[in-house]
Amino acid sequence: MSRDEGVRKSLPVLPDAPPDPGRRNFMRTAAAGAAVAALSGCGLEDFFRKSFRELSKDDVKRIVASLERKNSAKYGKTVTVSSTPARAGVEFGYGLDLSRCVGCRRCVYACVEENNQSRKNPQIHWIRVLEMDKARGVDLAHAEVYYDAEEVPRPGHFYMPVQCQQCRNPPCVKVCPVQATWKEPDGIVVIDYDWCIGCRCCMSACPYGARHFNWAEPTLPAEEMNPNTHYLGNRPRPKGVVEKCTFCIQRTRAGRYPACVEVCPAGARKFGNLLDPESEIRRVMETKRVFVFKEDLATHPQFYYFYAT
Amino acid sequence: MRRLALEALRACALAALCAGTALASEPAPRTPAPEKPGQLQAQPPPFTQGIFPCTQCHVGPGDRTRRDLGFHEDIKFEHDAEHRWCLDCHSNENRDVLHLSNGDPVPFTESYRLCGQCHGDKYRDWRVGVHGKRVGQWDGQKTYFLCVNCHNPHSPRFKPLKPKPRPARPEEMRP
Amino acid sequence: MTGILGFLRGCVRIVARGNRAYYAWLGALAIAILVGLFAYAHQFRTGLIATNMRDQVSWAFYVGNFTFLVGVAAAAVLLVIPAYVYEWGPIKEVVILGELLAISAITMCLLFILVDMGRPDRFLHILPLLGSPNWPRSMLTWDALVLNGYLLLNLTVVVHMLYRGYRGEHYNRKLIVPLVLASIPGAVSIHTVTAFLYNGMAARPFWNASILAPRFIASAFCSGPAVMIILFQILRRTTRIEVKDEAIFKVAELMSYAMFVNLFLLGAEVFKEYYSATEHLLYTQYLWSGIGTHRALVPFAWLALACSVTAFLLFLVPRTRRNWVTLNLGCLLIWAGVYIEKGMGLVIPGMTPDTLGEIYEYRPTATEWAIAAGIFGVGFFVFTVLVKVAVPIMTGTFQAPDRAAGGPKVGKPAVAA
Repeated sequence: MSRDEGVRKSLPVLPDAPPDPGRRNFMRTAAAGAAVAALSGCGLEDFFRKSFRELSKDDVKRIVASLERKNSAKYGKTVTVSSTPARAGVEFGYGLDLSRCVGCRRCVYACVEENNQSRKNPQIHWIRVLEMDKARGVDLAHAEVYYDAEEVPRPGHFYMPVQCQQCRNPPCVKVCPVQATWKEPDGIVVIDYDWCIGCRCCMSACPYGARHFNWAEPTLPAEEMNPNTHYLGNRPRPKGVVEKCTFCIQRTRAGRYPACVEVCPAGARKFGNLLDPESEIRRVMETKRVFVFKEDLATHPQFYYFYAT
Repeated sequence: MRRLALEALRACALAALCAGTALASEPAPRTPAPEKPGQLQAQPPPFTQGIFPCTQCHVGPGDRTRRDLGFHEDIKFEHDAEHRWCLDCHSNENRDVLHLSNGDPVPFTESYRLCGQCHGDKYRDWRVGVHGKRVGQWDGQKTYFLCVNCHNPHSPRFKPLKPKPRPARPEEMRP
Repeated sequence: MTGILGFLRGCVRIVARGNRAYYAWLGALAIAILVGLFAYAHQFRTGLIATNMRDQVSWAFYVGNFTFLVGVAAAAVLLVIPAYVYEWGPIKEVVILGELLAISAITMCLLFILVDMGRPDRFLHILPLLGSPNWPRSMLTWDALVLNGYLLLNLTVVVHMLYRGYRGEHYNRKLIVPLVLASIPGAVSIHTVTAFLYNGMAARPFWNASILAPRFIASAFCSGPAVMIILFQILRRTTRIEVKDEAIFKVAELMSYAMFVNLFLLGAEVFKEYYSATEHLLYTQYLWSGIGTHRALVPFAWLALACSVTAFLLFLVPRTRRNWVTLNLGCLLIWAGVYIEKGMGLVIPGMTPDTLGEIYEYRPTATEWAIAAGIFGVGFFVFTVLVKVAVPIMTGTFQAPDRAAGGPKVGKPAVAA
């Protein structure tokens, strides 16, 4: 759509309508206020709490503080949980240079360390690198994610990492029965880990296999835990909820590049604000051959693949 | 010994890439326009320890004849070796700088200008951040990497890497 | 109030009493339920990693069973249509048994969903007011709505009719008939919404086919009533309930037409995939002929087809339809065929290969079998208890003590409404 227009204008972000705060707030206050007050001592408060987008600023502060306390105690270090909102005038764009990726998987593991994923049983990787034949092109039926080699790139192969595409028309947001996942104004599709019921409808709906499930209590060694977390991003997740790439929301909302961008030794990853004409990603969109993965599904991702040469 | 130091420094540079920290050592050189001034900072050129300044050993102009070198035998030269040799890039008059094809001297911190002479398309892409690597703030202070931080100028082809371990297969995840 | 308490006490007495076969049946069910409970405790503690589901195949045995059982629940309506819409007497008396089946099936559906959830403690989140249901965009929210609505509808009809029958009173036509008629679109809706749940996923080409909703209805209508046929024969032999042969044969005949539609739609699907032969053929291929060395589902696919076709022929041909041996064989075959085809034969090929082309061959673990057995135990238990209460009311042997015996049978409205 938009790429056909002269100027590469970004597609409109299709946000999910936020729940009506007024009426729900009233009913909730009337019906559950007393219950919450009575139960707040015994941990049942969590049972009756509201969804993240309906929380007041004070509620958010309280919840974030409680998470910081719990995680600091659990991991033995000072854990911060930020709740920085999206910045106005920012629409994130991600560029992945398929002519440069060598398949070294350093992005995969930098992501794991930055985002506190479960290391084992289940092992969760938000980025999956597909090895493909140059002769066949992008052919998923013959792609291999479990390639093992002494050296990469292997002759005759190219590499395509896949992670959450932060779609503008996200199928996962559409199917979630409890609105536990939604698209933020800066484009990041986020999950409230304390609201997700673990039905995995979103995982069936995602065309990119980008969403992952905590099939068991996550294994996260305390010494490897990254203590700088965001409520909607890399804070340690509980068992039984879905998680995925959030464009390192804890870094990008503080103005930093995502971990995968910084670690790539081939400079294959580009990131920035699509609305800033001086950004690297805008330059990519304007000068390179850019394409979108599974374009026929009209998900309109904010993740673009390109060939620099 | 020198070879070991060279390898060690190269490993350090690579480690710096992986750690992604902004190394601020020398003052920022002339930035590759047209980014906002002061927002970009360079990684330093990866010198072997003790090799710079070259004028420690090279005093005055030397012999221009192409020959095998007695001292720098650890350098494997694979950069259009059929047509070029050392003094096509290194200045004969002052070994502490490089030179462009018109003779203009170029400090090591601006070696990209020299690379850009032949590799113009890469240079144009690199100036705007499409080629190469930047770390730091997408909306502010960035550290960019010189060509030579990733490409050894004497043997520039990107070396294959050992990949990190493959992911666990689903059947390998047990309760 | 005393009436209701008396009714409940009477129910308990009836359920607690029976012959040896009855106790053996209840005992077997109790064992299954216990096994299921232990297995679920293990799964609740360890997490869903106790199953063989992983990111690559994230819906499997539980959701497959759920889909099949929604079909069974919808099939109760197959009895309602001729009874009430066409005023066909022989079936009318036993419609309530179909509704009892629907209640048991929906109970099992809800349980299968519960055990499949990663966070069942957060079930409140799907409720309005207390939660934030994604209505109307999410098909799963619709499914929760229509399933519970259908359950409530059937419960209302059943409880009302049984209680009135117990009191020897006529059921309220003005309440029951509209509800029963509403259960026709209700039944269609629960299965259509479940079909839409799959159908709407563009990421899964095997499911993203318009033919899915009609196929669901057809396979539901041909499998659900199989239970009724077997049940009618048991009840005729063990109780005073009268079920005419005609009623049973009619149901079997209707099932054969539904199976024809089901097979026709299957043929249409297979044609489209194999003739157009796009990349999407891979999923159908995985099911019917396997991909490379991955052939786990192939024997089941062909087995299901063989069962369905055989059952179709047995029900279609009047000779075999009216023969009790072949009729019952047909019922078992149709149940098996549709169970495989709509359970694992629908869910697994939809996810194999996965969205990035990977093939992970899924097989249920012992935990999943145990939990499924437990849930089927609960379902059969609910059905048994309901039938044990309903039949004496229908035959007039279970009546309120202050009422004269021999009141009008349940299922017949009062002469003077």
